[in-house]
This record gives sequence, C-alpha cells and structure tokens, in this order.
Amino acid sequence: MQRIGVFICHCGTNIAATVNVEKVTEALRKEPCVVFADNYQYMCSENGQQLIKNKIKEYNLTGIVVCACSPRMHEGTFRKTAEAAGLNPYMVEIANIREQCSWIHKDIDEATEKAVILGRTAIAKLTLNTPLTAGETGVTKRALVIGGGIAGIQCALDIADAGYEVDIVEKRPTIGGRMSQLDKTFPTLDCSACILTPKMVDCAQSEKIKLFTYSEVEEVKGFVGNFKVKIKKKARYVDETKCTGCGVCMANCPSKKGLNAFNMNLNTRPAIYIPFAQAIPNVAVIDPEQCIKLKTGKCGLCQMKCGVGAIDYTQKDEYVDREYGAIVVATGFKPIDLTNFNEYGYADNKDVITSLELERLMNAAGPTKGVLLRPSDNEHPKVITFIQCVGSRDVSGCGKPYCSKICCMYTAKHAMLIREKYPDTEVHVFYIDVRTPGKNYDEFYRRAVEQYGVDYIKGMVGKVYNENGKLMVQGSNLLDNTQVVIPSDLVVLATAIEPDPSVRDIASKLTISIDTNNFLTEAHAKLKPVECATAGVFLAGVCQGPKDVPETVSQASAAASKVIGLLAKDKLKGNPCVAHSDEMMCTGCSQCARVCPYGAITYEDKTFGRGANATVRRVAVVNPAVCQGCGACTVTCPSGAMDLHGFSSSQILKEIDFICKK
Amino acid sequence: MENFDIEYIKEISRTDVRKCMKCGKCSGRCPAFNDMDIKPHQFVTLLGQGKFDVLLKSKAIFSCLSCMACVERCPRGVAPANVIEAVRDTVERMQNGNAIKAEDIPPIVDDLIPQQLLVSAYRKYRK
Amino acid sequence: MQEITENKEFKPLIVAFCCNWCSYAGADLAGSSRLSYPANVKIIRVPCSCRVNPIFILKAFQRGADGVILCGCHPGDCHYSEGNYRTRRRMSLLFSMLNYLGIEKERTRVEWVSAAEGAKFSAVMNDFVKTITALGENKKLEDLRCKSKN
Repeated sequence: MQRIGVFICHCGTNIAATVNVEKVTEALRKEPCVVFADNYQYMCSENGQQLIKNKIKEYNLTGIVVCACSPRMHEGTFRKTAEAAGLNPYMVEIANIREQCSWIHKDIDEATEKAVILGRTAIAKLTLNTPLTAGETGVTKRALVIGGGIAGIQCALDIADAGYEVDIVEKRPTIGGRMSQLDKTFPTLDCSACILTPKMVDCAQSEKIKLFTYSEVEEVKGFVGNFKVKIKKKARYVDETKCTGCGVCMANCPSKKGLNAFNMNLNTRPAIYIPFAQAIPNVAVIDPEQCIKLKTGKCGLCQMKCGVGAIDYTQKDEYVDREYGAIVVATGFKPIDLTNFNEYGYADNKDVITSLELERLMNAAGPTKGVLLRPSDNEHPKVITFIQCVGSRDVSGCGKPYCSKICCMYTAKHAMLIREKYPDTEVHVFYIDVRTPGKNYDEFYRRAVEQYGVDYIKGMVGKVYNENGKLMVQGSNLLDNTQVVIPSDLVVLATAIEPDPSVRDIASKLTISIDTNNFLTEAHAKLKPVECATAGVFLAGVCQGPKDVPETVSQASAAASKVIGLLAKDKLKGNPCVAHSDEMMCTGCSQCARVCPYGAITYEDKTFGRGANATVRRVAVVNPAVCQGCGACTVTCPSGAMDLHGFSSSQILKEIDFICKK
Repeated sequence: MENFDIEYIKEISRTDVRKCMKCGKCSGRCPAFNDMDIKPHQFVTLLGQGKFDVLLKSKAIFSCLSCMACVERCPRGVAPANVIEAVRDTVERMQNGNAIKAEDIPPIVDDLIPQQLLVSAYRKYRK
Repeated sequence: MQEITENKEFKPLIVAFCCNWCSYAGADLAGSSRLSYPANVKIIRVPCSCRVNPIFILKAFQRGADGVILCGCHPGDCHYSEGNYRTRRRMSLLFSMLNYLGIEKERTRVEWVSAAEGAKFSAVMNDFVKTITALGENKKLEDLRCKSKN
C-alpha cells in the first residue's frame, strides 16, 4: 500500500483564480492511499520545495502528486526535490491544472471539478508507479569517423582539438575525398588543394588522430558510448611504416595501363601508385588486379628498386578491433551513372564529359597539366556548352528526383574560369533554374554573366549529336521560343550527385534509416540535423543530403561538437522510461524488433525450467541504453509481453478509468 | 453529345500539367519544332492556363509527328505529345462523327496528313 | 415507452491522447495563449502517439467516453522518426472496424498538432466537442456494469 502526498500549487493567482484549491485539496485528501494533501502559493519556489521535502520525511511518503503547471515545465524540478528527500525520482506524478485547466476555463466550478479529476487520475497512475533507476554506462573516450573527405577530416580535427582520440576509416588509399579532386572552390575561387591539404597534413600529424586508409568498417556491435568495431585493413602490398613515397616504384612499374580513378579515368597510372602527390599517407599501394607479379608471379621490379624494402607481395587483409564512444558517418557522394542519358551522348563521345572530369582537366595536377584540352584530340575547345540538371530533378526514373544543389554554382565557376583563362572561348549554359541561395552566391553567378559574358540560355537540351566533327547541341530557348542548335567542341554535363554506394552497407551496420534516395535520415529535419535516430551516431556531409563545401564543413563541426559533448561525459545516464519484455509471455515472434526504430531489441535463447522440464525459448531483450521509450513495440507485441516503464499499459488504462469515472 | 471544354482535353490527355517544371526539354528535342505555331512546351502551359480556344486554333496539332520524343525525354513524367494528341482528337470529335473533313484541313499541311495520322494511330493502338 | 427528450445539458466526455513532444506541448501552448476549449476534454500524456494501443481507445468507449481523439506530431516530424506513421496505419485499421463494433466513426479522430500549433489544438478540440455533442451520448459500447455503479 502506497503512502501518497498531494501538493496543490496556487501558482500565485494563475491557478487559484479559477480553481478552488481548497476544495481540490479536500477532495483529493479523501482518495485512497493519500495520507497527506496541502496547497501552497508557489510549489516550485524554494519554500514550496522545502515543504514537499519535509512532508515526504514526516509522513514517510512513497510517492507524491503535484497539481501544478505542465510536466514539461517542472517535472524535472519536482523529481529532483523528491530525490533530495530520499524518494525515487520516478515516484512523482504531475497533474497539469494550469495550462490544461485554470488557464483555459473561466467557470470556477467547472475548472475545480476538472482539477479534481486530473488530480485523481494522477494519483491513480501513481499507485502503479514503480521506482525506476536510470542505468549508467561508461563512455569509451574515442570517436570513429567513417569517411576521410572534407567532412570526416574537419570532424576529426575538431574532435582531436578537444583532446579526444579519433580514428578515420577511409576506403581509398588516401584521405581527401572528392574535395581533393576539385580544382577551385566557389564562391571565392580558392584553389581546392591549397585549403584542403593543410588540413590533411594536420590529420596525419595530430597525435590524437589515427588514420585507417584503404580500410573498411567490417562489423559494428554495441551501443552509444560502447561501440565495438571491427576494421578491415585491405592488403596494400606495401609496408606503410617503411614506404617514403619516393615514387621510384611507380616509375619502374611495367604495367602502366590502369585507369586513374583520381583523374576520373581520363588517364592511366601504374599498377603500383600513389593516388596524387599530396596523398596522406604518402604511401604507395598495389592494385592486385593489375600487378603482374601478383597475377603471374613474374616481375617483382618494384621490390628490387625499392630502396627501403617496403614492398611485400605476401601481405594479407588485416582485421583490427577498436572501441569507440561515438561514430560519425561521412561517406560522401559520387556523380551518378549516365548510361540512362543517351540523349547527351556521354557514352559515345569522348568530348561529352561530366563536370568532375572537367575539374580534373582544368587542374594543374590533372591529365593535361591544367591546360584545357578536349579528350578526343587534345585540341583547345573553342565553343563549350554546359548542360545543367543532368539527372537532377528527374522523376522519370532515369535520374534523381532531388536538386543536387551544387551544380548551378560549380557550372558558374567553370564557365567563369574558362572565360578567364581562355577569353576567346565561347561558353553557353543551358539552365532550367539557376539556384544560388548562399552568401555571395548569386553575386558570383551574376559575375559570370555580367563580367565574363557567359551565355545563359533558359531551356533544356533535347539531344547532342555529331555533325562534321562538331558536337551539335540541340535545345530550346524558352525566352524567345526558339529551338537552338549550338555546334560545340566540348559538352559538359552538370551531373547529379548521389550518396556513395558504400552508405547502404554502413547504414545497415549502424541501423541508420535511409531514404528512398539512399541519403541517411537525420533524427529531426530541423532540430537534430546531425544526430541519428540511433544514439551515439552522427552524420556529416553529403551522406545526409546534397551539400557544398562550406555547408559540409559546418555540419562536420556540428557533428564534432555533438561527439565532444558525448565523450565529455564519464557516465551516460539513460532514460529509465524504456521498454521491457516479460520473458514468460514473449513468444519470440520478432514483431517488436521490426518496428523498433533504434535497433534496441535483440533475441536470446533462454532456458526455462529445470532438469527434464527445461525448455529453451527465444525471447526478446531490450537494451535500455539504446531504447528511447517511444512505445511502438508495446502496441505491436501480439502477446502483450512488451511494456513501457513510466507509461505502462496498466497505468494508461487506469488513467482512462479515472477520467471516465462519472 | 459530349461536352467539349478544357476539362475534356485534360481528361483524355491523362496528363497532369502541374507536374511540368518548365524546363523546355520537350521543345529542345522536338524534330518538328520549326513547323509548329505552338511549341510542345506551350501546349502544356496553355492547357494549364485553360486556354481552350487558343489550343483548338493551333495548326501545330497537324505538324506533330507523334514521335513521342518529348514524352520519352520529359524528366517530370509529363507527356506533351499526349496533350497534342488530345487537342487533335478534340478538334476531330467536335466536327461530328469522330472524323475530320478534308476541307477543314489547312491546305498548307495537306501533304503531311495521311502519313502523320497513320503514324499516330499506329503508336496509339499498337499496344 | 419512455419518451426521449433532448438533453440540452449534454456534455460529452472526451479523452485525448497527446504525444509528449508535439501535441502535449501544443496543448500547453493553447493554455499559455489562453485559448479555451471545453473542460470535458481530458488529456492523457503518452511518449508518442504510437504508444496508444487500439485497446485504450475501445476501453475508453467502454468506460463511457463519448469521443476519443488521438494527437501526434505531423507526419515526418515524429520525435521517434516514424512513430506517427505506425499510428496512422493502426488507427485507420481500427477506425475501419468501429462501425462494426457499434461506434460511430466520427467519435474517433487522429489529428496532427505540432508544438507550435496552440491555436490549432484549441480549434480541433472545439470542433471535436461540437461533433460529439451533435452525435449525442455514446450508449452502444458502454459497459452497463460501469453505469450501475453511479
């Protein structure tokens, strides 16, 4: 039998003016289990709280009901008060008689009657409360960043700066990501490498940051504060600790026909290679598909020439187990495959290229050493036509329904750079809309038109075909209602971007929800843009949605601050109002695990009974550190085994009873 | 007797003109563009604006080859060729008997008609 | 035969389930903006609208409630990311059988009310009370044993 104390607040006149608090006190005092009831002017004040503390001790109360303002306002306050008096903080119920009673009703009798009913309901609920203790778990003071692009780099640097260890796992042989492939960045036209490589070097030199390049996340176990991750280090066939990045091996490798992915396959590289000059780590890697020694056993030239003996053809994939407190996903993007867009002739014409390919063609470290030459015959293109929205905003099934966000700006950048470097070049841009929301973005685009004389044509290209060695770009000009054909030397497609395909695998390993376009879903579109529904997992960069570099950097820093906030805690206090399963009733049907948005429910085989009667059954187990207490599983459970602490079915049914009691 | 109005065209074209994002790719691809007084993208716009009379007076409905390139290329799933076809059908049906009289055909497009109607019918009914 | 007289004083009893993150906060905002709605609406706080078992709704009717309204976050805004989608599915299933159980469909409703929509909360409640008042007392499912206790 509980001993309940009821405390009714006047809230000055906020409650007392429309609710007869004396009457309420009298009525509630008569309720079963209630051993004390009183009212006071301001319950939340120092004196009010002291009153509660005194009465808890004096009457040896097992639970209290406070009839006052919304629980969203002061539930926490009164829980602390109860705790200070030695009561379990979850033996507190609030009856909301201000926002949901005194403030909205004018008639005193009516409001008083409602206040009594709300008070009774709260008392009835409290009789079924059980003391709850928030579970505590330790926090591993280390973060994992998946993806070593600008998002991952920025995030890792920020976390390391706060004094925590960070590991970056990058599947390619070097960090740097897509940004390292860019020539210049809008809207200031900074050289991309000039602003990125110092950050890459910082990562390599930081004592707190450990780089796992050419590695992948193999397995993730555990939960917030205590993730256990298996990392697969792919065989490089080069000893990272010995290689100095001198490049002698590359010069001597006889197998030179590998496509250079860093240069968007526009030129070739040897079988042993360093992706680019500023690669971090500056260590060679052997492509096993291309290496003669690895394929046939005959060659070994690089091993002979290597001055430090770094080449090791016997290297195998390695697995490393690491523990983390938090994980940031920053897996980035890739341009979409253009095979569905044969109207632009991308597959048939070497001179129809994507914007990222143009980026390499204009870069000083690219295949043409920064001189803009068209791929087919290495001639200077005189007429260049850009086509925007290639695959973006396309619901026909060929492309992507969303706006890729960055194309308008990089197209303006390319057009401007070309006109700057080669003023005799004619540049046309076919556009549907020019979208330039961002600081100094529209000014940038207008500069392309007004200062550099780029010809923007409102309309879309219907087809690109070859005629007399020219690429004929046929499109509409909607403003003068004509169809135009532009004989061009080079056609650049502003290709839509999509999340890197590796994201699906990462999402399923971390139970992050993924949308129809393969973007990872944040916990709240507006208020939790970098958090995931899965506690302890954060998002940065394009894996969450299309973003340009400035936005990616801001999001990465935001994710880092969330990680730092998490790692700064010694113990994580859970919310004890979580689901729990009655294993005697559970049938192990897995319905609950299917609806759980957090992956908090797992199944265990448990033995019931003893000796000859022992049976093994599969039952649901809720991890209280992961469960957020939404209650979806409680309703789904067909046997009624699942229930929620703090909002149990019996409590809610009791509340219904008392509200409906006439 | 059916009620011929803008809603009738909308219904038989089975095209949701609100899906159009006004990119103009249909007109960019159209092989008969230069022979049309109203361009493919304008058909979609005019239908959306409810300009029934303007559509009916169009000569372009007899220049459209029904090649369906605009339908194929549209990124938003709008079908300009269906709109043109619907206008054409409406014009024909309004002149009784679901047919068009020879004297009503503008002389300028005389030569084109048999072939383009054949092509159109072929594309429409082959499935 | 007893003659049925229209009871002008009929005040329906309404049970409202509100999710903690949006609708309960919306109700609080209605309160702090002093936007009134009838006193016979009583709110039960749940963590998420998906915590509401269809049984709760039937139970409320059995206990004599005249209307039950379920409020949650707008689709896509759920604090638990997808709880309200489950609510929507479960409730459309429940509502489709209400007539069979003898309860007018209009006695139940699902509404999406955000934490910023105090005015909407009050408007929804006023409208719902009006609907239920027009429908009259819920006699069909009420447990007679509950009544005899009075």
